[in-house]
Amino acid sequence: MDRFISKLLFLAACSSTAILALIALFIFKEGLPIMAKTGIGHFILGKEWAPLSGQFGIYAFIIGSLWVTIGALIFGVPLGVSCAVFLAEFAPPKWVGVLKPAIELLAGIPSVVYGFLGVMWLAPIIREHLGGPGLSILAASIVLAIMILPTIVSVSIDAIQAVPKSYKEGSLALGATAWQSTWRVILPAAKSGILAGVILGMGRAVGETMAVIMISGNATTIPHSPLDSVRTLTANIAIEMGYAVGDHRQALFATGVVLFFFIMILNTVALKFARRKF
Amino acid sequence: MSRISPKITEKIAKLFLWSAAIFTIGALIFVISFVLAGGLKHISWAFLTQPILDMGREGGILPAIVGTIFMVFVAIGIAAPLGVASAIYLAEYTREGKVTQAIRFGINCLAGVPSIIFGLFGFILFVVMLGFGWSILSGGLSLSAMILPTVIRTAEEALRAVPASYRDVAASLGATRWQVVTRSVLPYALPGILTGVILGIGRSIEETAVVIFTAGSAVQMPTSLFDSSRTMAVHFYILAREGISNDMAYATAAVLIITILVINVSAYTMMHRLTKGRRA
Repeated sequence: MDRFISKLLFLAACSSTAILALIALFIFKEGLPIMAKTGIGHFILGKEWAPLSGQFGIYAFIIGSLWVTIGALIFGVPLGVSCAVFLAEFAPPKWVGVLKPAIELLAGIPSVVYGFLGVMWLAPIIREHLGGPGLSILAASIVLAIMILPTIVSVSIDAIQAVPKSYKEGSLALGATAWQSTWRVILPAAKSGILAGVILGMGRAVGETMAVIMISGNATTIPHSPLDSVRTLTANIAIEMGYAVGDHRQALFATGVVLFFFIMILNTVALKFARRKF
Repeated sequence: MSRISPKITEKIAKLFLWSAAIFTIGALIFVISFVLAGGLKHISWAFLTQPILDMGREGGILPAIVGTIFMVFVAIGIAAPLGVASAIYLAEYTREGKVTQAIRFGINCLAGVPSIIFGLFGFILFVVMLGFGWSILSGGLSLSAMILPTVIRTAEEALRAVPASYRDVAASLGATRWQVVTRSVLPYALPGILTGVILGIGRSIEETAVVIFTAGSAVQMPTSLFDSSRTMAVHFYILAREGISNDMAYATAAVLIITILVINVSAYTMMHRLTKGRRA
């Protein structure tokens, strides 16, 4: 009886890996044929996306995803790591109990709500003060930065708290101030964990869909400035999935294949960093 | 040549860190109050209990509420048992090794898969191949795959927090491993496990990309698992994106935000009570 249960539990434990494999299988099965037909190089580096005339090049969307992701990191990383350092090292303990769950709550707010806020509030501000259409790389970057904060903060806090207490005590005993100890001793020791958080945040930014559709403007051209509209890989799938058929639908799955690759690489790198010890 | 004194650097650094924290909390408060300010005044009993009329310009959101609840039930009905069983295996039935490493890699990667990919997957497998069509069943199944990692991780953490003495005492009384787990370990870990389940429910409610491609966006009241239905998040997205009605969009967003707040706060207090109890 016990051995039967053990087997059953083992099967359950394998389910996540099995689902992951199934996802890969189905996305690839749907997406690879059109990639082969168009030619992988042509598909990835092609600048023309015209589904009606059979032109499937997603270069502009790859660039779009890169821009908004880098933008999100520029705003999100300094803010997130600072928050984590504050909460782990400097904040009054009573505050931590309130602030940490509050920051985690940011992850709980539906991404469509962020998108809505971007459209109603952020885009008009950008349009009036900086020019351009407002729905832009800049708007998407700012909103994504806030959306990836919880990931960066919570992983970084764990990394900072995992640094042995003796490191800080040693540094303080040598006469360093609290900030010097943090900057010169703790942060270098927690570096790989913080990096893992940043990369996971990057994965979230690359994968975010609904907020990005609403605020990035969705132009299918290659952007030249942060104020330009842009379409990401995720947005390309989500916008056209509703009515695509045949080759067109396959091309959207192929976009998913490229996205899947990006995410898997980011995840693997993040897990490597996260596992590194002192 | 004068270097800035360490004391001043310290002050500047602390100021910067404080402002980062305040800015982050400010962003949270801003998002919530922006939505509530625009939406609370449009929420009424009628809004919560009437059908969706004229594509959402009139009426209420009852079908979207019911659709959300149905889909969450399907998602959690599958993800909770499967996730808790996975966690029990990882925490109680095996030692760390190559096999658990592979399993954990799978869980971590699944946690990182973007929701749009779950949407594509659910569409091709459940909607098209298995023939469930755009339905609550397809949506719920796809959501269950998405929230599985959350449930597993929280449940495993809860199981690992159970003191070893609980297992030792039960085992020394002659209990089998399964008896140890079900009679001694699980009751103690239950609040932690429930926290994970509640977080999974929250994730399902806020999700849009997965649901819109697997459950469709029908406005009628769903009567079976094979009916298409929109969730509150999808309804809100369509209202906002297609500019159908800003007032209705705000109101729906406010209901959504309040639901998420209640869910997160209850998950948090449950976790808090657990850690408090452990300390005593």
